[in-house]
Amino acid sequence: MKISAFHLMPHRELPADFEKRYESVWVTPPWWELADARRVGQYYNWTLDELLYAARLGFDGVCTNEHHQNAYGFMPSPNLMGSVLAKLTNDSHVAIVQMGATLPTSNPPVRVAEEYAMLDCISGGRLVAGLPLGSPMDVNLCYGITPLEHRERYREAFELTLKAWQAREVFAWNGRYYQLANVNLWPRPIQQPHPPVWVPGSGSISTFDFAVDHDVCYCFLSYSGAKSAKSMMDSYWRVVAAKGREPNPYRAGFLQLVVVAESDARAEEKFARHVEYFYHKCLHVPGPWFSPPGNQDYRSLAASLASPVRRAENPKELRYRDFVDKGYVIAGSPATVRDRLVEEVVKGLHVGNLMVLLQIGSMPHELTLENMELFAREVLPDLRDCWSDEGWVNHWWPERLRGAVTPAATVGVAAGGA
Amino acid sequence: MTRERTVPVWQSRVRFRVLSQGGGSALVFLHGSWGLTWDPFLDELTRSFTVYAPEHPGTSPDAPDDIYHLDGLWDLVLCYDELLTTLGLDEVAVVGHSFGGMVACELAAAYPRRVQRLVLIDPLGFWRDDERVVNWMMLNPADLPGYIFRDPQGDAASRLLGPSEPAEAAAAARLRLQWAMGTTGKFIWPLPDKGLKKRIHRVTAPTLVVWGKEDRLVPSVYADEFVQRIAGARLQTIGGAGHAPQLEEPQTVARMVREFLTGAS
Repeated sequence: MKISAFHLMPHRELPADFEKRYESVWVTPPWWELADARRVGQYYNWTLDELLYAARLGFDGVCTNEHHQNAYGFMPSPNLMGSVLAKLTNDSHVAIVQMGATLPTSNPPVRVAEEYAMLDCISGGRLVAGLPLGSPMDVNLCYGITPLEHRERYREAFELTLKAWQAREVFAWNGRYYQLANVNLWPRPIQQPHPPVWVPGSGSISTFDFAVDHDVCYCFLSYSGAKSAKSMMDSYWRVVAAKGREPNPYRAGFLQLVVVAESDARAEEKFARHVEYFYHKCLHVPGPWFSPPGNQDYRSLAASLASPVRRAENPKELRYRDFVDKGYVIAGSPATVRDRLVEEVVKGLHVGNLMVLLQIGSMPHELTLENMELFAREVLPDLRDCWSDEGWVNHWWPERLRGAVTPAATVGVAAGGA
Repeated sequence: MTRERTVPVWQSRVRFRVLSQGGGSALVFLHGSWGLTWDPFLDELTRSFTVYAPEHPGTSPDAPDDIYHLDGLWDLVLCYDELLTTLGLDEVAVVGHSFGGMVACELAAAYPRRVQRLVLIDPLGFWRDDERVVNWMMLNPADLPGYIFRDPQGDAASRLLGPSEPAEAAAAARLRLQWAMGTTGKFIWPLPDKGLKKRIHRVTAPTLVVWGKEDRLVPSVYADEFVQRIAGARLQTIGGAGHAPQLEEPQTVARMVREFLTGAS
């Protein structure tokens, strides 16, 4: 089992009435009213320190991702962050998991292939290459890509990226959306034939097919927990079986929000308001923005209208205990967290590549470090051996790190804050 | 009786379903972003014309993926040219609503000899920073009727947008509507200005511009963009109507169109 620390880099200090005063956390939140560049610089540095701390604590990977024009998570260039992380973790076995740079918003998309190759070179072959489609808010609303063309562009860019990493000769790309007469990537990645590829999705059946056909790790980046993801991940595994692939749990990744404290009651005291901040403010986006017409192909649209994946419930009406009960957040003592993670996520969804979000919403730096430290000390060691008895190979992890475990450094909380 | 035929174009990769009815000289109607519904306005026109109403590529049942064979507006305009050739409509009057109005105007600019007369009903095609066109693709579905229609509860709204119950019929209507917005949205995202301002001077057809006075999607100031750029174009505004005046005031708009096309006014 591989366990990675994920970070969104959110705005941690939105006003209490944010979701009442503003239309959306994404696309339209007014920078000049809500943010200050010096303070935001502090957020970026905290984010980097937190991920570096996770690396020192013995997490298997550190994850960053790309989003635009929002206060929910604003790393417009995850590779800038990944580059810092790659350089400063060269003495460890941590994977640099870019979840990642969005192909349809990069033009030409070989830019992503180049930057990932750079990261693989800098990190000595520790890159996991996440190749996300990108959210409709980012790609359609902020970057102007036509919803109907979003997936087609992605698929073309994906093929181009894979070919650009591997081609032995200079080649011409005469695509529908991209034309390049001389593709000859400098540098190429260390990992051969290419770094492991993860494709994040949100339940579209066409993405299941795509992930299985391309033999990548399908990752569900969920905020509503394993319970609501169960039927969707079951469909994914059915596609895996139908296409004759082995049910290797490392074919699946899952993101879970986790808060851990000395006891269940302490977890509530310490984290309740940060969890509520996340669901009430950071996800404050008008529903239709998640699915502009044309973004889903006809077949997926028909399927999702027939049986909507998204639940009807409104997270703004839920409180901390609801989020915990429903599994949106796995929270509590180390024993509670460990048991629920194993039962609901790892075994329940058949997942080998687990990502945990440990900095949530307004959670301050010191508290984040505490959450990470306790998770690494009391939960992570017990998760590591999940799946070991079944003998699966994690083909979707950098080869030189597959057997390696970074011994947890004995670092105090303060060590990450420097 | 409405006749229905499917016309393959674009090396048979795009199949136009065309509804037609009526008698007399030919009139082509191009629908807006919410799909084609045969409505009282078209019925009214069939009293004087043979109305041909093609469905935008991808919006016909059983052919949703045809849209993927078109790369851009130029491909779309060429498809319409092929369609008119196959239908034998060498010279024809074209009426377009909203997105269909933009396509009609593009067609008239590309083929000024083919489009004899042009009627544009609340057309798209321009962008003004001071009066932004509302992006209806991003609206809450429940709010959409309020933007398209002066009376969102009226028959015209439910006729165009489909029923809200029972659940199965509502889901089918939603699928049809979403896909119609998606496939037309391909040609107008993220802003509906796709260069018509460079081409509109080529329109030679006598042109009538019709605008609903209470259009909340495309403010009526956009009427000026068309009237000022097309030589001799006339403007008629329709009170008591929003973005789809031909649906809210079918008799009035049909009469204007008839008088304009037959030269009675």
